[in-house]
Amino acid sequence: MPRTAVRPRRGGGIRRGEARSGWLFVAPAVIITTVFLVIPIMLALWVSVSDWNGFQSPLNPRVNFVGLENYAAITVEDGLDQRNFGTAVRNNFYYVLFVVPLQTIIALLLAVQVNRAALRGKGFFRTAFYFPSVTSTVAIVIVFQFLFTASGAVNAVIGAFGIDGPDWFNDSTGVFHGILSAFGVGAPTSGLLAEPGFLGISGWQWLAGPSVAMSSLIILAIFTTSGTFMLLFLAALQSIGSEIDEASLMDGAGPVRKFFSITLPMLRPTLFTVLTLGLIGSWQVFDQIYVLGGTSAGGTISTPAFLAYRSSFVDLQWGQGAAIAFILFVFIIILTLLQRWALAERGPKKFKQSKVTPKVQGGLR
Amino acid sequence: MTAVDVSAESGIPGDDAPQRSFRRRKRLGARVRTGMLLSYLILIGLALIYIYPFIISIAASFKTDAEATQDALSLIPDTITFAAYERLFGDVPFPLWAGNTVMIATIVTLGRVFFDSLAGYALSRLKFKGRAFVFAAFIGILSVPGVVLLIPRFLILQQLGLYDTYGGMIIPLLSTAAGVFIMKQFFDSIPVSVEEAARIDGAGTFRTFWTIVLPMARPALVTLFILSFQGSWNELGHFIVSRQSPELNTLTTGVASLVSGQLGSGNQFPLQLAAAVLMTIPVAILFFIFQRRIMNTTAGAEKG
Repeated sequence: MPRTAVRPRRGGGIRRGEARSGWLFVAPAVIITTVFLVIPIMLALWVSVSDWNGFQSPLNPRVNFVGLENYAAITVEDGLDQRNFGTAVRNNFYYVLFVVPLQTIIALLLAVQVNRAALRGKGFFRTAFYFPSVTSTVAIVIVFQFLFTASGAVNAVIGAFGIDGPDWFNDSTGVFHGILSAFGVGAPTSGLLAEPGFLGISGWQWLAGPSVAMSSLIILAIFTTSGTFMLLFLAALQSIGSEIDEASLMDGAGPVRKFFSITLPMLRPTLFTVLTLGLIGSWQVFDQIYVLGGTSAGGTISTPAFLAYRSSFVDLQWGQGAAIAFILFVFIIILTLLQRWALAERGPKKFKQSKVTPKVQGGLR
Repeated sequence: MTAVDVSAESGIPGDDAPQRSFRRRKRLGARVRTGMLLSYLILIGLALIYIYPFIISIAASFKTDAEATQDALSLIPDTITFAAYERLFGDVPFPLWAGNTVMIATIVTLGRVFFDSLAGYALSRLKFKGRAFVFAAFIGILSVPGVVLLIPRFLILQQLGLYDTYGGMIIPLLSTAAGVFIMKQFFDSIPVSVEEAARIDGAGTFRTFWTIVLPMARPALVTLFILSFQGSWNELGHFIVSRQSPELNTLTTGVASLVSGQLGSGNQFPLQLAAAVLMTIPVAILFFIFQRRIMNTTAGAEKG
């Protein structure tokens, strides 16, 4: 910075035309980003407060401004649209509730095991765990459908233990409902839990848990993301180094004690990054749902991201689709800002780093 | 954690090194060895869970429909058949999808590497009015979640008359804020002296960039190349909303359409799995060639 501040005064010779080249150099990236990101978002914001039905341009004069009607239809007005949105939010909520902790724990477990210095074949294990992260979601969904079909590999394996596996991807039973019914608790016919509640969903339905179909997708998500997060943990573990490890071993700390009182506290920044990245990512789940058609298993795998797509492109309710997308947008931005704010608390250096991570990961996925 | 340290130490030439490490090993030995054994068991078990699905998927792509459904776990088909692959290149326009993906991924990758390094270089090195603003804007854009762009992208492509064209599928992907950021970070980290010399010699800004700076930036370019190629090869969302003609299907949208079972009855697992296997091969090759760099990139992101 001081260098560039002093230079221009000294001579135009070297720096001649620099301003022009500067703008010329950033022009392609700026234009592409403006035309295909900034302007489109404005356009969609307009659509979310209009009654555009998908015919002709959303800017044609016959399209009317309807205020927050589309937002109201999915959030406060009783009806199918509200219930669809509520169901999607519930589905995604349980997805996040299970995916984020499980992928973090498994990624950490993988990293700690792979990090053992004495381990032979480190590279092999690292590759094996990371490979699912680089393959296309479409291919992974096909593999999972094959594995989790009624007569598939997973049911064959658990069948060996005498368990009669479900038809995973087509089973809409909520896991919590299933557990409750095993204890003889069924759906209430009256009372608070039977009444439509938040977002038009009854308390009983809110308590359903992820459906069996959604559980398969939870497993799929863990399978594909734990490798990426393992690498983040590995990098952090390697920076801790083996001296501390060895010292604690000499002091007589057992491996479990060492993990909880030394390793885990030292990993706290990474842990936080992984948790928030997981949170941000798993509220955006779309590809898997799209490939599976999104409406199967009694609507229990639909998510807000998918519902936004479907409302617009299939049901031609563009206003509602855009409204859902904007609610999701604001929600994810808040999560991102929280992450940046929390990392900034730890000092400016960390703040800078936190920005690299999300997109490198986005790119890898 | 310690066994290699220990054995490495005993390998160091020195008078008492072997003896000392022997004593230490005895003390730590038992615990370390049980720990290692447990580690291996956990790792091998987990590795099986991660790899086995891919192996039986490859195996099943050579099975008949009936056998794939009834005997999913077996590794070797009773009757090996290439029917699934023959259908992919016969009934299914798989080669067309692959062609589209190869073309789009190539253009998008080259475009991203070029435009993002141009912009990254300018933001790192060139002084111009508004630079700070442009950079701040890119940082802001980084947090825009990709999935909420689906509807907006469709709207703009339709407005511009680019919907359902190669242009609409390619141009919006040609630059990413993430790529610009990676390149800017990289140029910030390399010394400025070489280019200064070139400039004093009278080379123009673009020539300096093209002949001096880019060759030095190879590590970052390779990283960006890998990320871009893998990202555009696996891209699904954008190709759902930017086209509708079957001729413009890419591997992701085309193979996804196989899942919804457009091609007759039955689950057709071998066909779908064969498609999944084939579409994964290029990314897998890239992954194995560059795996060290790919994994360091992801991990390095955390270290900064």
